[in-house]
Amino acid sequence: MSQPFDEISAQLRRRHRKSARLKWLSMGALGLAGLFLVLFFADMLVKGVPAFQQAQIQVEVDYSERASQLPLAAVQEEVRPLVSRGVLRLIPGRMEDNPELLGTTRMEWVLADGQVDQYLKGHHSKLRDSEQAVVDRLVEQGRAELRFNTTFFTRGDSKMPELAGIASAAMGTLMTLLVTLAVSFPIGVMTAVYLEEFAPDNRVTQLIEININNLAAIPSILFGLLGLAIFINFFGVPRSTPVVGGLTLALMTLPVIIIATRTALRSVPDSIRHAAFGVGCSRWQVVRDHVLPLALPGIMTGSIIGLAQAMGETAPLIIVGMVAFIPDVTSSFTEAATVLPAQIFTWAGEPDRAFIEKTSGGILVLLAVLITLNATAVVMRKKFERRW
Amino acid sequence: MQTNQILALFCGTLLVLGLIAFFLGRAKAARVRASGTAMYAQPDQYAWFSVLSTAGPAIAVGAVGAFVMLLAGAEIPVLYLLAASLVVGCAGLGMGIALVRPDFHARQAIERVIRFILAGAALISILTTFGILVSIVGEAIRFFQMQSFWDFITGTIWNPGASFLEAAGRAEEGASAAQFGSVPLFAGTFMITLVAMLVAIPVGLLSAIYMAEFAPQRVRTLAKPVLEVLAGIPTVVYGFFAAITVAPIIVDVAGFFGLDASFNNALAPGIVMGIMIIPFISSLSDDVINSVPDSMRQGSLALGMTKGETIRDVVVPAALPGIISASLLAVSRALGETMIVVMAAGMRPNLTANPLEDMTTVTVRIVAALTGDQEFASAETLSAFALGLVLFVVTLSLNLVSVIMIRRFREKYRINNL
Repeated sequence: MSQPFDEISAQLRRRHRKSARLKWLSMGALGLAGLFLVLFFADMLVKGVPAFQQAQIQVEVDYSERASQLPLAAVQEEVRPLVSRGVLRLIPGRMEDNPELLGTTRMEWVLADGQVDQYLKGHHSKLRDSEQAVVDRLVEQGRAELRFNTTFFTRGDSKMPELAGIASAAMGTLMTLLVTLAVSFPIGVMTAVYLEEFAPDNRVTQLIEININNLAAIPSILFGLLGLAIFINFFGVPRSTPVVGGLTLALMTLPVIIIATRTALRSVPDSIRHAAFGVGCSRWQVVRDHVLPLALPGIMTGSIIGLAQAMGETAPLIIVGMVAFIPDVTSSFTEAATVLPAQIFTWAGEPDRAFIEKTSGGILVLLAVLITLNATAVVMRKKFERRW
Repeated sequence: MQTNQILALFCGTLLVLGLIAFFLGRAKAARVRASGTAMYAQPDQYAWFSVLSTAGPAIAVGAVGAFVMLLAGAEIPVLYLLAASLVVGCAGLGMGIALVRPDFHARQAIERVIRFILAGAALISILTTFGILVSIVGEAIRFFQMQSFWDFITGTIWNPGASFLEAAGRAEEGASAAQFGSVPLFAGTFMITLVAMLVAIPVGLLSAIYMAEFAPQRVRTLAKPVLEVLAGIPTVVYGFFAAITVAPIIVDVAGFFGLDASFNNALAPGIVMGIMIIPFISSLSDDVINSVPDSMRQGSLALGMTKGETIRDVVVPAALPGIISASLLAVSRALGETMIVVMAAGMRPNLTANPLEDMTTVTVRIVAALTGDQEFASAETLSAFALGLVLFVVTLSLNLVSVIMIRRFREKYRINNL
């Protein structure tokens, strides 16, 4: 009599084990995703944090007559290959600006060559053995050390890794996003207000709705093709500029802002509208004075998220030519500019190993800004969220 | 005069006119009202109406003129255009002031104008789709005038290298004629998408099952935003990660097994793209699984099914339309993904089934075709638009099917919040 029971309980145990296995498997899947995230950030930090430090060496700069003709002569032959060529190139100009320098010799901390930088950080470098010995001696004397890398934040792109920075790209990003925001925010909010508050429920409205959802799912590179064919070739907007990049990104951000605004408008209860209509407001007055102010936090949150998305976008900007070598900080909306992700893309393609570090450093800055933006959006939502 | 200066002049004059309209309109309305006549609207509303009737026609004339100049190439002197639009603005001002009468419904007039403006804004999204379609189709047609459509769809060799010689009228000098057979590109795209889906669908779906069915509330509230971080990382960063970190690892691992892998293998971008897509699948599947009615779970458990069996045989089948729809969206995302493949996949069109070899994709070729020094009218540049057209059609149909599936799921279980 006991055998069937044993069989059944054995079967039951098997079934429960199977059930438990599913639980562990699914937990493992989530863990895998989390593990990847950790690995990714660890990898980026390890590669990128050294970019915020930079080698400097103390050398004797001889402001002689000869140095103003031949900048290389300003420093001793021994340390000549160790000093950044970009620094040496500036010496004649400095002597012209400050005539009293002529004939003096000063000990100065100057930017070291990118290879010295890599050597001091323990990476592979192209320094010869004799040069390595000189660097080792300088380190012992306290005349070569790693310092905080201000160049990275104050200068534009350069072919010399020690002089390359993200300033021009950051400025380009800022200007591009300004254009994006100026175009997509008003149009997006207006579209959402029309669809939620004004539009009759007819075929045209449904078409617009389907169309907006579709736009949100179209590959970003196709927006680049649109930007190239319509904005640049047809309207003649200058290539590579923040204007054309911003317009292209604006079209991409538009659906995000529209969808977020509609959700925010929908969450405002109808009783508010009824009350406003009841005291004789017209539809526009209801929207302007009552619905929009209540929906504003949601709209802002959605716009920030859309903006963060636009900030990380690269593919459409490559198509409209915003991947350019921009050594100076751009100051005009109609001049060639580049953006942070495009700068990362450019550096990632540089053969010099020192640029890997720069790339990772740029990535860390970009991620920090994006995470800040998204966190702001989350905090705003938490703070202003209202349950009706 | 510079265009900028003219624009500034136009805006400045319009601003002044608007101010005049506002104050004149309000003064007149206040006067009428002070005389004791009952009016339909407030003085401010009359004032705003006069502003609208001043600025609206002026801007419209300016915009139409600019468009005619751009589209038809007609040479209208900019100064004339400026003068014309300002004259129209003044006329509008006169009309606006004249309309400040007690029996004129200014508020409703404003309402109509605003509704019109808002509808115009809504049309911009339609125009965007239209613009994408026109730009891509137009250039693609130019491409198919140069190259046969049939060769494009069925050809197995993609070699645009010689096309610039043809564009320069020196076709004979090219070593070989340019060939635009897109099959290898689609094969590469398909392979990388397949790898991505093999990573993203199991991991994403299982994560969703864990979050929806097993996880305690604390884990759930923590895990969701963490997964969303994965979706927020820019693709260019993923591309760098795939090229610099993942690809060498794959080469090493393949070497360990005695296999020969290229540094631009299809596996690295595929895996990284899969990781990027995990949150898309997990968050949508999570929502879908959560909206499967609890009565189905209760019924299943009441029949003596274990939790695992309930999930496998009841919950997941019920949620299947939503899960498939999420996966289709993910596929369309993977097909159109650009930066990861540009940075980590190869440039060489290669028709192979081995993911360890280098392959190229549609998006890589689009970028390559448009970043070269090619003349715009060359066949290679235009080929980017032909490829873009295919990409557009494929992703559009995937999205539509996905929308239809999720709608069916919603109707079956009467859920409104998906």
